[in-house]
Amino acid sequence: MDARLSVDIGGTFTDLALEFEGQRVTAKTLTVPANPEEGVMNGVHEILELAGLAPCDISLLVHGTTLITNALIERRGAKTALVTTRGFRDVLETGAESRYDQYDLNIQLPEPLVPRALRLPVEERIDRDGNILLDLNVEDVLALVPKLKAEGVEAVAIGTLHSYRNPAHELAIHAILSEALPEIAFSLSSQVSPQMREWERFSTTVANAYVQPIMRRYLRKLESRLKDIGLDAPVLMMLSGGSLCTIDTACDFPIRLVESGPAGGAIFAAEIARQCGCKDVLSFDMGGTTAKICLIDGFEPHHSRDFEVARVGRFKKGSGLPVRVPVIEMVEIGAGGGSIAQIDRMGRIQIGPKSAASDPGPICYGRGGTQATVTDANLTLGRYEPSTFAGGRIALDQKGAEAGLERDIGSAMKVDGRMAALGVIEMVDENMSNAARVHAIESGTSYEGRTLIAFGGGGPVHAYRVAEKLGIGRILIPTGAGVGSAIGFLRAPVGYEVFRSLYQRLDALDLRAVNELFVDMESEANAVVYRASFGARIERKRQAFMRYTGQGHEIALSLPDRPLVEADIERLRQDYTDAYARAYDRTVPGSAIEIVNFSITVAVSQEILESRLLRAERGNRATPASVRAVTDTHNSSLANWSIYDRADLKPSDWLSGPAIIAEVETSTLVGPEWTARINEHSYIELERKMA
Amino acid sequence: MTMSSIGAIGQIRNQVMWNRLLAVVEEQAHIMMRTAFSTTVREAGDLSAGIFDVKGRMLAQAVTGTPGHVNSMAESVSHFLAKFPAETMKPGDHYITNDPWLGTGHLHDLVVVTPAFLDGRIVALFANTAHMIDVGGRGLGTDARSVYEEGIYIPIVKCFDQGVANETFFDFMRAASRMPMELVGDIYSLCTCNEAGARRLLDMMRDFDLDNLDPLANYIFDSTLKATLDEIAKLPKGRFEGEINSDGYETALSLRAVLTIGEGEVSVSFEGTSGPSRFAINVPAAYTRAYSGYGLKIVIAPDVPNNWASLLPFKTLLPQSCILNAQHPAPVGCRHIVGHFLPDLIMNCLALAVPETVLAEGAACLWNPPLRGGYEVSGEPTADKPVVEDFDLITMNSGGMGARPTSDGLSATAFPSGVRTTSVEAQEAVSPIVFWRKELRPDSAGPGRFRGGFGQVIEIGTKGDLEFACNAIFDRVSFAPKGRHGGGAALSGRVSLKSGRNLPSKGYQVIPDRDRLVLELPGGGGMGAPSERATQLVAKDLTNELISRETARAVYKVAIDARGAVDVAGTLAMRECVELVKGKRHG
Repeated sequence: MDARLSVDIGGTFTDLALEFEGQRVTAKTLTVPANPEEGVMNGVHEILELAGLAPCDISLLVHGTTLITNALIERRGAKTALVTTRGFRDVLETGAESRYDQYDLNIQLPEPLVPRALRLPVEERIDRDGNILLDLNVEDVLALVPKLKAEGVEAVAIGTLHSYRNPAHELAIHAILSEALPEIAFSLSSQVSPQMREWERFSTTVANAYVQPIMRRYLRKLESRLKDIGLDAPVLMMLSGGSLCTIDTACDFPIRLVESGPAGGAIFAAEIARQCGCKDVLSFDMGGTTAKICLIDGFEPHHSRDFEVARVGRFKKGSGLPVRVPVIEMVEIGAGGGSIAQIDRMGRIQIGPKSAASDPGPICYGRGGTQATVTDANLTLGRYEPSTFAGGRIALDQKGAEAGLERDIGSAMKVDGRMAALGVIEMVDENMSNAARVHAIESGTSYEGRTLIAFGGGGPVHAYRVAEKLGIGRILIPTGAGVGSAIGFLRAPVGYEVFRSLYQRLDALDLRAVNELFVDMESEANAVVYRASFGARIERKRQAFMRYTGQGHEIALSLPDRPLVEADIERLRQDYTDAYARAYDRTVPGSAIEIVNFSITVAVSQEILESRLLRAERGNRATPASVRAVTDTHNSSLANWSIYDRADLKPSDWLSGPAIIAEVETSTLVGPEWTARINEHSYIELERKMA
Repeated sequence: MTMSSIGAIGQIRNQVMWNRLLAVVEEQAHIMMRTAFSTTVREAGDLSAGIFDVKGRMLAQAVTGTPGHVNSMAESVSHFLAKFPAETMKPGDHYITNDPWLGTGHLHDLVVVTPAFLDGRIVALFANTAHMIDVGGRGLGTDARSVYEEGIYIPIVKCFDQGVANETFFDFMRAASRMPMELVGDIYSLCTCNEAGARRLLDMMRDFDLDNLDPLANYIFDSTLKATLDEIAKLPKGRFEGEINSDGYETALSLRAVLTIGEGEVSVSFEGTSGPSRFAINVPAAYTRAYSGYGLKIVIAPDVPNNWASLLPFKTLLPQSCILNAQHPAPVGCRHIVGHFLPDLIMNCLALAVPETVLAEGAACLWNPPLRGGYEVSGEPTADKPVVEDFDLITMNSGGMGARPTSDGLSATAFPSGVRTTSVEAQEAVSPIVFWRKELRPDSAGPGRFRGGFGQVIEIGTKGDLEFACNAIFDRVSFAPKGRHGGGAALSGRVSLKSGRNLPSKGYQVIPDRDRLVLELPGGGGMGAPSERATQLVAKDLTNELISRETARAVYKVAIDARGAVDVAGTLAMRECVELVKGKRHG
């Protein structure tokens, strides 16, 4: 039997999805922060029972976790030291030497993961071309051994200048220290993140070292617990870049798993896009505290190597620890159902980033929340069907919500609670669409003409208005959105990306050096992938990151999957100028072009599933279960909206807005200018009516 | 629908449009950073971007950017309109200048203005400014005797005329700069980002069915002005004087300010400040207003967005003959050195009015030496004197920030400037420079209940330790940053050769073969008495080798035992002793 199980450990819930014989079962169980494997085992028992399967029936387990992110945010990692080039002891601490907010005198910067006392310099120096300027002083390294022992250091990061070009000194330091201290885990910057720029590389390496011991302990425990119950299927781990690797790789480079949960969500959306033939997609996942937005082109989420973890300045760029590993690129803003609404000094409505989260939660939950939130505003406008909210388990306090909005927002603007609620919703929708706009620009692409795929508790509620603001005319609301990441895990291929810096001028491209680099990178990636691919067919994707000489931002361009030849250079030049003109509407005539980084992704070829543009049939017009008065945030008019129960709707059923399609986890709003149809996958497809 | 709900919808609509406008200028700034060529723009973030109404009043500005550009760019657009009235502008036009008096204070900063048209009518102007690495002349430095020596001077001209590049202009630019590709590439980048802003604005105006921005502008200006005035009304009225000293060049400078908090306005007079310098440290008025405005705003109304109205209640009075009111053709290349002192000076005044909300003095000016080597420094190589490859590099570094009211100052962090440093590896990749040291400077922070930030030590050479040159544009070598409310002063800065000799803090310096440049950056001043600092924080700094055992004992009155832990009894004894002395003095 082919039964694949996925487990996604989140901050509050551990989600599971199990697929076998064309069926899918899902489950949700509470995360046990002190012993995450407990939560996993609870979930595994529950889902096996639901499916009526035995542990030995499982043929593959795919796993992702927020364990790493949480360890970094809560500073629960191992006692870590950094061995580095003499004279550069404070790279982690001084960072960009700047304030991430120019107008707040009291900002705090994140404390480095390694305190200065454990940032240990040794004499050595390598230059930009990899030449040795100063030999490694072996005495300096040996002198560290007693110190590391005395301090009880559990993990050691090694980061020296220009090691991405020549790792000799890092390797030598590792050789000496690992012989003397065999029980310690080591992370080398030339292996964890071999890219130019010392702050980002050291920060990534230190974060890797910091989480490595706890990740190893956890994964070994989990493996043995699974074996104990007879579940001895291979376990693959979800990487932030959207592919899978073995437990061994996860133990070596745990920092590559930092965003595994959100990556699962993006792959889930990409899969929906493929099923429905949507080539250009904006995925929109709105939860209780934040909204995440991701661009998906040709069924492939955008990728990046820039990430910041554990931001101290409430989602502010520059307030976190930089991490340079392959990640699925997305923007996260402080806009969720629990986001608190306030009036600022200019008399403007301000949403978030403070959140009432789920505890105490919005006022309407009646659990002690006192500040008006986005959820309170939705309820006040009639956008939730109170009787079905959260499956009817929470009795919503509608009066309290409205009174809170009148007090927190309305009194300053001299309007009632309902108008205040309208302002809150318009503002949060505007903020989310602005985030999408700026994100598209930062990614060098556009948002017009995309399909919006909305999920999470708030996504389907806010989707139609966000789409209107972005000029988007089509929205998909998938099923199973409550455990989207776990389902996404089951769609991820086994694969691995290797990324290296090598500076090249296009007009003097050293073909031999580039081809040798690729041979090297390919064998590194192959070694990881072969461990987990079980002989499946493998494919490679090579990329060059190019820019005009002197610029700081690169555009990724595909390279043929073979050694480069002379004739490729001209084609690359043309590809680059075309891509640049597409992104910025003009080229810079006469400028030289350079390549700064190269990457290779080796992955198991995915079953080529046919992708055709799927349009839901227009069959029966559905009949509403009831009607309720809802305020339209676009023109503030109060009108009767039809209420439908999603469970009653069948493929090809259709309906016309204004309407609400209610289900346990969320509600889909169908604005007055929209129609909804159910497609053959039971997804809701919203389409804007022709004007 | 009731009248009040129509009013409410109008209000909400205005707020939504304001947010959209802020997103538009943020996009504009991001595109500049993505497409810029100069490291000063793309890495250091030495830039600014904003949208203006057709009267030249700034409506919104990207938060990405640095304060000196922010406020002086706000003034600049009106000068463009004076020369090229809005009704003469055409779609596809881009206007440019680097006039220090019409732009942001020195020739290295370009300002580009681009009109936006809706259905053939001009509806707004987009402007941006960015720091170029090279505009010819002597290069960034303090030695020029007039602005004519400082580089190519671009009056307000069209660089694109109805979409067509002004090739004569671009030919001049290529000929004038040591880095022609970067300069021309950046001008293209500035135009591109304004165009993108304009495109987004038009989308917005169509979305909201607007044919002009006047009602929105009025709403933004009214709410901003009201918010600023509300904050000013909370301040005690009166006259507050302050002073600060800079190394100057030929002679030390005294910068003096009298701050008057009145009904609905705050004015700053710089009467009594030193006269102009013969060298390039003079500050044009727009830059003075920019940084004194920043110092006022960050204390008085930090969360009010920047626009024309938010700056209105802040008035600057400048005497005619004053280093802060440079007159053409005074040299102004390094106007930031003195300009960066202004927020500290303003806080010295505000400390008398609102003592709980200001910083102690900090390192103030950036230590961003332009470095150069090769032919221009050493001539042609000979058999017995090799010469380093040609290079020009500007490296951005910061000393310590002053201690804050309730926390330590940030170490090696730019204040008041908003720029970022550039990676050592990235700088070495594009030049033959080798950094041998760049790390925090122990004991450089001013002690206090909250200490200042630490400065840093930087040691720079070239490959093979060959000769190179540095334009010294440093300060706080003679005058250390002072502490506040009982906090101690920081260590002052020092510029020297590795072989030992001190170098002056201003002017062209040659670092000879087999030697290196050593920069010791000042820390920030402390806040409150050092003997009131939490003992575990003192112990932490000691463990981290940021302060010496001697400092812990003598300055902080903390006894540390042999294992590095706080000796509670010993500390108590020392600190009680301090209290006793204080009591006696007061009694």
